[in-house]
Amino acid sequence: MRYPWLRLAIFVIGCLFPVWWLYEAAMGLLGPDPGKIMVDRLGLGALVFLLITLSMTPLQRLTGWAGWIVVRRQLGLWCFAYIVLHLTAYLVFILGLDWGQFGVELRKRPYIIVGALGFLGLLALAVTSNRYSQRRLGARWKKLHRLVYVILGLGLLHFLWIVRSDLKEWAVYAAIGVFLLVLRIPPVWRRVPRLVGRGRAA
Amino acid sequence: MLIKLPRSSDCKSSEITPESFYLSRRKLLGASLAGAALGALPRLGAAAEVSRYADVEAGSAPGWFSDKLGATRWQAVTVSGEAITPFKDATHYNNFYEFGPDKGDPAANAGSLKTEPWSLVVDGEVAKPGRYALEDFVKPYQLEERIYRLRCVEAWSMVIPWLGFPLAEVLKQVEPTSKARYIRFETLEDPKRMPGQRSGFALIDWPYVEGLRLDEAMNPLAILAVGMYGRELANQNGAPLRLVVPWKYGFKSIKSIVRISLVAEQPATTWQGLAPDEYGFYANVNPTVDHPRWTQARERRLPSGLFSPNVRDTLMFNGYADEVASLYTGLDLRKNY
Repeated sequence: MRYPWLRLAIFVIGCLFPVWWLYEAAMGLLGPDPGKIMVDRLGLGALVFLLITLSMTPLQRLTGWAGWIVVRRQLGLWCFAYIVLHLTAYLVFILGLDWGQFGVELRKRPYIIVGALGFLGLLALAVTSNRYSQRRLGARWKKLHRLVYVILGLGLLHFLWIVRSDLKEWAVYAAIGVFLLVLRIPPVWRRVPRLVGRGRAA
Repeated sequence: MLIKLPRSSDCKSSEITPESFYLSRRKLLGASLAGAALGALPRLGAAAEVSRYADVEAGSAPGWFSDKLGATRWQAVTVSGEAITPFKDATHYNNFYEFGPDKGDPAANAGSLKTEPWSLVVDGEVAKPGRYALEDFVKPYQLEERIYRLRCVEAWSMVIPWLGFPLAEVLKQVEPTSKARYIRFETLEDPKRMPGQRSGFALIDWPYVEGLRLDEAMNPLAILAVGMYGRELANQNGAPLRLVVPWKYGFKSIKSIVRISLVAEQPATTWQGLAPDEYGFYANVNPTVDHPRWTQARERRLPSGLFSPNVRDTLMFNGYADEVASLYTGLDLRKNY
């Protein structure tokens, strides 16, 4: 396994945030509505992991360092893990495990529908993220995993639809997301320079 | 005033707020009796108020407020079977977009608000318009303590002991003309002291505006508040003067009021203007009419801990149906949400 320490560091960081938030909640540092804060932070954390995941390929191109691609899968799986926790926290803290109400929300609220579609997309990617699936799906695997761009769009839309009065925070994440997508348009991608390490063995 | 008690089956024992979180009703009664007894002694009264609620940060009350506090009618309106929200939560979990969009922003940023001196304009369809210094405006009224549920449109709720006076008494003083059908309120606009008003991404068109139908404003439950938890309002809670209409979603209870106008037409209010399909002019608490983006059938009563979520059913008119339902007979509350 290449870059074991880098992989371990990302693993530890991924674990650390939810554990730290739980500690804060237990100590009463999150105020009177910690459940809502957990839901928001986990959702935002997933978006951040998604954006970082999508930065790996451009970074690899810029620097020529293979390490970026090596950790890409783990970062994507962290995005999925945070979304699973986000969904769980929503069910427990916001809906109070009222499944009937969850059914109503799934039918009636566009932002919940969009969020659920994003979750299903991530689920498909997480399930097929192993080497066995890569081999079995062959060329289709790459096509399937382009779904990640759609998922980013769904995530940003989901986020936009919960904004109540101030778009600033959303605009920052959306700008980064759009930038990462635009980079991948072939004419743009061809102009991305390799800054260091041309031809270094990977 | 009688408030309906929830059925015992509505509340699991795991949902009960831990005792350390709140002042029990008995303690509150005891404290208020002690307060009343001490209040009989002219100078000691003020000192006794400090301990009325647990863990209340002492403010720096303006002179006029301290003067009025002695004659307060404590617990003029209470809610039975409800724990009062801890002061810390009521003052550190706020929506006051003038000071930023996050719940903690108002507590962090509202220190810059200058509440003294404060002047207030009363105008429009009134026999006695005028511009008042706040201390002159509040002079005629006796303070009453009103312990009300507060239900936010975002589906969380609290129980807050306000100090204020009925809006109806103010209306009596300013004498609305026969043309007056609505009352319109306006919050301070001061971008220098209100960072939220400087944000280029804010969707709100400042100043914040709210309004009521005149008969709603005359309802005895509607008050103008100047204090909470036995002290003056904290800035983030709308100092020095705010509206409290407990049967409506919290955003109707406009903060830091600088202008009260009696008008003939229904005023264009802030949230209704921003998203008319989500926020209506009436904004009555109604579990049967959902916000388009979330259900209003249930609410998180704060504090709602991570390991003891306090999710409960929302009551029609926030539990004040007996007092206010008659205001809306014949009105389709699905259309007039």
